[in-house]
Amino acid sequence: MTGGNPTTLYDVVVVGGGLHGLSAALHLARGGARVGLLERAWIGRHASGASAAGVRTLGRPIAELPISLEAMAMWHDIRGLVDDDCGFHMHGQIKVAENASELAGLRQRDEQLRALGYRHEEIVDAQELRRLLPPIAPHCVGAAVARDNGAADPHRTLQAFRRSAEAAGVAIYEGCGVERVESVAERWRLCGSRATVEAPVVVNAAGAWAGRLAALFGDGVPLGTKASMMIVTERVAPYIAPVVSCAGRALSFKQTDRGTLLIGGGVQGRFDLQAEKTTVDFVALRRAAQAAIALFPSVVGVAMTRVWAGLEAKTEDLLPVIGPSPSAPGLLHAFGFSGHGFQLVPVVGAIIAELAASGSTTRQIAPFALERLTVKEAAA
Amino acid sequence: MSKLQDVAVLGAGPAGMAAAVRLRALGVPVALIDEQPAPGGQIWRNVEGNENTAVGKALGSDYAAGAAAAAALNESGCVLRFGNQLWQLEDAQPEAKWRVFVKAGGGLDMLPASAVLLAGGAQERPNPFPGWTLPGVVSVGAAQILMKTAGQIPEEPVWIAGSGPLPLLYMTQLLALGGKIAGYLDTSPRGNLAAALPHLPRALAAWKDLRKGLGWLQTLRRSGVPVVKDVAEIAAAGNDRLESLTYRPRGSKAVTVPARLLLVHEGVVPGIHVTMAMGCAHDWRDDQVCFAPRLDGWGETSRAGLYVAGDGAGIGGAEAARLRGEIAALGIACKLGKLSEAEARQLAAPLRRALDRALAPRRFLDALYRPRPEVFAPAEETVVCRCEEVTAGQIRRAAGKGGPNQLKAFTRAGMGPCQGRQCGYTVSHLLAHSLNSSAAEVGFFHVRPPLKPVTLGELATLEIEEATP
Repeated sequence: MTGGNPTTLYDVVVVGGGLHGLSAALHLARGGARVGLLERAWIGRHASGASAAGVRTLGRPIAELPISLEAMAMWHDIRGLVDDDCGFHMHGQIKVAENASELAGLRQRDEQLRALGYRHEEIVDAQELRRLLPPIAPHCVGAAVARDNGAADPHRTLQAFRRSAEAAGVAIYEGCGVERVESVAERWRLCGSRATVEAPVVVNAAGAWAGRLAALFGDGVPLGTKASMMIVTERVAPYIAPVVSCAGRALSFKQTDRGTLLIGGGVQGRFDLQAEKTTVDFVALRRAAQAAIALFPSVVGVAMTRVWAGLEAKTEDLLPVIGPSPSAPGLLHAFGFSGHGFQLVPVVGAIIAELAASGSTTRQIAPFALERLTVKEAAA
Repeated sequence: MSKLQDVAVLGAGPAGMAAAVRLRALGVPVALIDEQPAPGGQIWRNVEGNENTAVGKALGSDYAAGAAAAAALNESGCVLRFGNQLWQLEDAQPEAKWRVFVKAGGGLDMLPASAVLLAGGAQERPNPFPGWTLPGVVSVGAAQILMKTAGQIPEEPVWIAGSGPLPLLYMTQLLALGGKIAGYLDTSPRGNLAAALPHLPRALAAWKDLRKGLGWLQTLRRSGVPVVKDVAEIAAAGNDRLESLTYRPRGSKAVTVPARLLLVHEGVVPGIHVTMAMGCAHDWRDDQVCFAPRLDGWGETSRAGLYVAGDGAGIGGAEAARLRGEIAALGIACKLGKLSEAEARQLAAPLRRALDRALAPRRFLDALYRPRPEVFAPAEETVVCRCEEVTAGQIRRAAGKGGPNQLKAFTRAGMGPCQGRQCGYTVSHLLAHSLNSSAAEVGFFHVRPPLKPVTLGELATLEIEEATP
């Protein structure tokens, strides 16, 4: 089938039309590269379109902080990058402690951050917590807060990145999955369902399917899958501004610009990776509703209008894989964001562009090397 | 959690009642579930309550026939769950095939079932035009519900604009109850008749149905109600509520009249939300301009153990619904081992012949009342998705290769509480037009659960053990 497609040459081919793929393509094209982007379904079909779109440094793994803080600065000037505010509002992110021991845990992290010289998080008492979140349940004792954090609108962000990427010259092939990979001279040839492309550099931003793509290049990646469920409710009167999470429960809770409540936090649905399908599991989802009501008792009567689950890759240590393939020359990985990749979108694209152009980066990406996962597996 | 019944039947209209009664007669335990407080579905809504009343008389003999079906159901020994809303259906292998989640009296419940028969019927075809969301603009179906449940008819003369048998039937019923009609704007294109005539000989096999329709037309003519033919466009206007109505017959000038109440109707389409949500295969029905679930001869969908009967299988009317319900019951009984295949085939044979007769006039009626093209091509500023207030122009501008689901993400059309029931078809048609494709090619929204809104508090107290992975 693929033999009939004429071959198009690029400097870089990005595989995956989620936000990370788009961001990489955008940065690469702005750097002067000719870029083709292959997307099996359509732009934002899976995790990017199903994201809660939290823009958060709060509670991030220490290893991610250097790039996450840089990404935060980029979010504050996101218009400069994609000529749109992406629906980003700096209303803060708050991680609530429901009891003294949870608060002690938050304080411990705070001390650790301060010892490392980080100042983006702070601990607040019950009174300040109530000022920030008037409807919070009375038993909550305090919180960790990152005031410059917030949330964006995932679909608006997708459209803005797509528009900018196309304006920068990126050729987007939707409905074009990669069926075969061949090594041809100094280039990779990717045979897709409706196009054949060649480039010396390939970016793997294939999300939940990144492990399969890596395997086509000879990289074995032990990769898990997440199908985190999200609830959106009917519209309610202005309720809260910041994005709320909870120290002792799986919960993420925010109100969108439209007034709907968006509730998630990692409760897992069922999925079928082969069929690219997810199924909501309401019995499991019950825990998200319970957590939301525990923190905000007054939402008990609010109706859910839609529930869904997005599909994405999860690594063993929940850190992403960012950087060159250990075995396939010219292959750059950007996947495995394990449920918290949205905020990193602007910076990871910049890192990939830097790696593609010069083979190295000034950013601290050592903790995200693929070898950490494969080596462990070999040892096990 | 409720006790396992072998079969859950969803919908207590002609199809669901007939299926439940037949299954019980074959010794199969059945739970019949319906949102309404009593049996009847749409066509026989409140049939027990209207027995021997003036409203019941005005509604006619076809309506009164529902009382016998309801009586048979009440004596059948089915578990009857009225006032129960289906909000989620899950495949729960291996312990019992299906989990039917319902909402009743403020609480949630789950019924396990080996087979599920969907008999949810039809819905009115979405029909966006300028001003259709104004108070004072109501669908004919909704007006008929008020008539059936509350004996309520409009006090002032009403305008009726639409196409198909339902407006004719409603007007006959309304006139019998002393209601006043300001005028009937018949929107079926004049040219439809020529396309319909070749199907007339076959339709004559159901001459009784045709005679009924002619009777409605005659009543309308005798009543002196002004009738405007071949109306291509309508628009409602007013501050806060309907004050005037503008209509334009094809090839002539627009006319504006004062109006307080406008009833509209552009035919019915199968309710496909549950089968879409379950990922069943669907086919485009060009004759009825809609999708319908792909079914085998027993009404089974592409998902084993999930059946559809009644107008949800394709519009066929009450008698066809009843027959499809019985045929599905035989198919299910056979699958559950209560009948041999030979027995099921033998019992189904006369039902299939009767179904053929009941469906005889469909091709003629579908061609005669095929919706005018304007229904699928609303003007730029016309609201298409009323939940999220998205206009036809916004949808056209966002049209892209990602299909209805990407369009939903980009415009929010179909994201509201009605889950796209009101805009799904319009979006598919608009997209098809922009992409130079067809609605059949473009497809339909993914339907997300829950099928009906459920509160966070209700979900939090759902009492079912979690499945072990």
